[in-house]
Amino acid sequence: MTPAVEVLDLVKRYPKSSSNAVDNLSFEVHPGEVFGLLGPNGAGKTTTVGILTTRVTLTAGTARIGGVSVGSDPVAARRKVAVVPQQVNLDRSLNARQNLIFHAAYHGVPRTERRRLADELLDRMGLTDKAKARIDDLSGGQAQRLMIARALIHRPEVLFLDEPSTGLDPQARLFVHDRVSGLRSEGVTVVLTTHDMDEAEKLSDRVGIVDHGRMLTLDTPEKLIKSLPGSGTIDATVHPNGFTPDGLTDVLAAVQGVEQVEPVGTVPSQTGEDPGLRMRLYVADEPAALLGPVAAALHERQVTVNDLSLGSATLEDVFIDLTGRELR
Amino acid sequence: MSRTATNGSAASGSAVRGTTASSVRAFVAVLGRDVFVTGRELPSFLAQVLVQPVALLFIFGKVLGQLGYTQPGYAQILFPGMIALNAFLVALQNTSFPLVLDFSYSREIEDRLLAPLPISWVAVEKMLFGALRGLVAALLMFPIGLVMLGEIHWNLSGLPFAALCMVLGSLAGGTVGLTVGAAVPPRRINIMFAVILAPLIFTGASQFPWAQLDGLRWFQILCAFNPLTYVSEGMRGALLPWVPHMAPWVCVLALIGACGLFGALGIRFFLRRALD
Ligand SMILES: Nc1ncnc2c1ncn2[C@@H]1O[C@H](COP(=O)(O)OP(=O)(O)OP(=O)(O)O)[C@@H](O)[C@H]1O
Ligand SMILES: [Mg+2]
Repeated sequence: MTPAVEVLDLVKRYPKSSSNAVDNLSFEVHPGEVFGLLGPNGAGKTTTVGILTTRVTLTAGTARIGGVSVGSDPVAARRKVAVVPQQVNLDRSLNARQNLIFHAAYHGVPRTERRRLADELLDRMGLTDKAKARIDDLSGGQAQRLMIARALIHRPEVLFLDEPSTGLDPQARLFVHDRVSGLRSEGVTVVLTTHDMDEAEKLSDRVGIVDHGRMLTLDTPEKLIKSLPGSGTIDATVHPNGFTPDGLTDVLAAVQGVEQVEPVGTVPSQTGEDPGLRMRLYVADEPAALLGPVAAALHERQVTVNDLSLGSATLEDVFIDLTGRELR
Repeated sequence: MSRTATNGSAASGSAVRGTTASSVRAFVAVLGRDVFVTGRELPSFLAQVLVQPVALLFIFGKVLGQLGYTQPGYAQILFPGMIALNAFLVALQNTSFPLVLDFSYSREIEDRLLAPLPISWVAVEKMLFGALRGLVAALLMFPIGLVMLGEIHWNLSGLPFAALCMVLGSLAGGTVGLTVGAAVPPRRINIMFAVILAPLIFTGASQFPWAQLDGLRWFQILCAFNPLTYVSEGMRGALLPWVPHMAPWVCVLALIGACGLFGALGIRFFLRRALD
């Protein structure tokens, strides 16, 4: 079966830039799949989406949508894709409903059908009472939903969502999530980029993590989490009792069965003493079995334990493990 | 690298026809969008198009004439020039100005760049639509001039050629507008008017017959670089053949050349702006 999206050794270097924004990227998205593209700021996600939607020219490599090369036949590729961009790019000279209708006209949807589809999509996106609103009068979330409606009106084979829920309130975010799940069950291929790990984990069949334009890893969220050095975690909140975070890390790492220790933050104390420290321990086996040894090791050094809780690793742990902690 | 043409050798004949048909449909829809938007803002379009030339015609053709500062025939010389000016300049402004905005922060044009037609066609649409507005603006000058000047003495058999000059002049204005609009970054838009439009207005032979500039040779040469000169001279030559003027074939050739040159340049710049 032809992959819905096929990216092979893709390179993009912007003019006047000294490094590649996308650097030898390769991946495939299967038809009907929801594919999450994760990565820190500046990783090259938007650039990749830009190339696949023919907005950005590629420097080297190949990119195909449903077997059509975006480089050599961009017009045919544009008939297959739709994109909800990171920034609002609605047509401000038109009202909400007209934005949908004209977009459908550009894509050759017959006249009567585009009216019907526009009204239906406005309804589905909860925008019926905003049909005649000017674009400038829409809230950020409403504009986002309108862009999703616009992307769907010409029935694309592949839908690209570039950070679909940034800036949305929880209701709108859930709404967008429901829509994505709905599209999946309709068989539309969805590629979404996001920084929101919960969102990626919840929506995606597979995720690829990119950084500096390269694919670091690609798998289902479950497999990625399992692949972490420790897949179970213990969160310990303690009063350091004179220990530095590094010192405590050493103490905890010495406990048999703990694979990795990371300070994850401080907790302000209510009583005005030293602030508490929160440490995350990654463990190989069943984390519950290690609660005792960990508590004992801390007790031995007179470190007061405020809280010990079990957790399992999340996609965020995978992400941080692969891309590091520093800001971009 | 050309991304504009449909790749005929790679695809089968029927696929190419299908792509071309959908591109034509998209082109018509994109043009329809511009017509629709203009229709809604008709009053502001008319104001933008008519205030300036009507004021020029009134002051130079009517007021100065009645006060005796210009020769009696001057209004007659000015009128065809004003029509030419409107065709060229309105086309230029109506192509370049929206384009600068389209490519600014809001990137509203993106929806059309992602429509299933070659991006160069979007550029052509912008230019064609600007030219259309220029043509309408030029046509509107006829009744206004008639009313304002009272009587005009035209060689009516020159009307078809004058119409040809108007069409070519609008197209030339559209292509220059495409070039300027795609080349000027949004934050330079003020400079564009001062540095580009004003010189074009006054070196375009619309207020004076170019052929009589012998005494001001350098200025005559300068004017020859302005496509508007050929529109003005062509129209004046057709409608007022007794006024010294440039040969008609020179005007037509120069305008076709200008359309070709600025059209190609404009599309190049447009592609560069449209694609990262
Ligand atoms: N138009 C452009 N011209 C030059 N460089 C660019 C351009 N767009 C992006 N870049 C650079 O390319 C790199 C990748 O940017 P891109 O927008 O693809 O990142 P991203 O993964 O989408 O980031 P974010 O999560 O912040 O949206 C960055 O270093 C950025 O500075
Ligand atoms: Mg981005």
